[in-house]
Amino acid sequence: MLVKTVFDSGELTALLSGDIDHHTARTMRLVIDGDIERYRPESLLLDFRRVRFMDSSGIGLIMGRCRLMQLCGGRVRLENIPPTLERLIALSGVRSLTDEGR
Amino acid sequence: MDILNEMTLTFSSKSMNENFARAAVSAFLLPLDPTITELADVKTAVSEAVTNAIIHGYEYGEGTITLGAKIYSNGRVVIRIRDKGKGIEDIKQAMEPLFSTVGGERAGLGFAVMQSFMDDLRVTSRKGGGTTVTMEKYIIRRSRAVQSDEND
Repeated sequence: MLVKTVFDSGELTALLSGDIDHHTARTMRLVIDGDIERYRPESLLLDFRRVRFMDSSGIGLIMGRCRLMQLCGGRVRLENIPPTLERLIALSGVRSLTDEGR
Repeated sequence: MDILNEMTLTFSSKSMNENFARAAVSAFLLPLDPTITELADVKTAVSEAVTNAIIHGYEYGEGTITLGAKIYSNGRVVIRIRDKGKGIEDIKQAMEPLFSTVGGERAGLGFAVMQSFMDDLRVTSRKGGGTTVTMEKYIIRRSRAVQSDEND
């Protein structure tokens, strides 16, 4: 299971698991976007606690969801980023698009 | 400098092979006893290069990707990823951060990641003739598991 979602009190939580690359990001995107469509959440929480690897496809995944949430007036939060992913997140500047960056 | 070990793999340009390429390079470098960060850096760079070959080189079509790796006795690791796809018209532009020809879900960070996670990056390409990405990283040897036979 690459992504598990829970919707509660206006927030959609997506628990991402395993490796995020161009191959797996597609599935994650389809699941998350399907649930955004279904629940129209005020905020999307992307939880990285179970992510073992991520390349720039993961950055694309975050950026795309930020764009989508902005369109419907919502926000995105990132949580539990493993230390090994910090450099990539910093390099991308993607935090400026999320809740933390505001 | 002596080559301690080398390998070459050829695989189809399918996205499931992004994982395979990372795992193969990871296993090949393991005798050097790299740190978690060193291994993550190399795996990320390899993943970017292989993804580029699939998306841009072959534009999701059929093709083969060749992955080569060499370990030198001074801890220098050279990794080469080659495709025979459409090639890059303007390498300088392709390497600019946030430049992406496909847009959408692509962050345009592939080359920026390779550049920042590896010690050296060279890209050669010919329109219609494919692209070769050569990356280098020094991995300080903590383990004696990789030795040339004479030194054993």
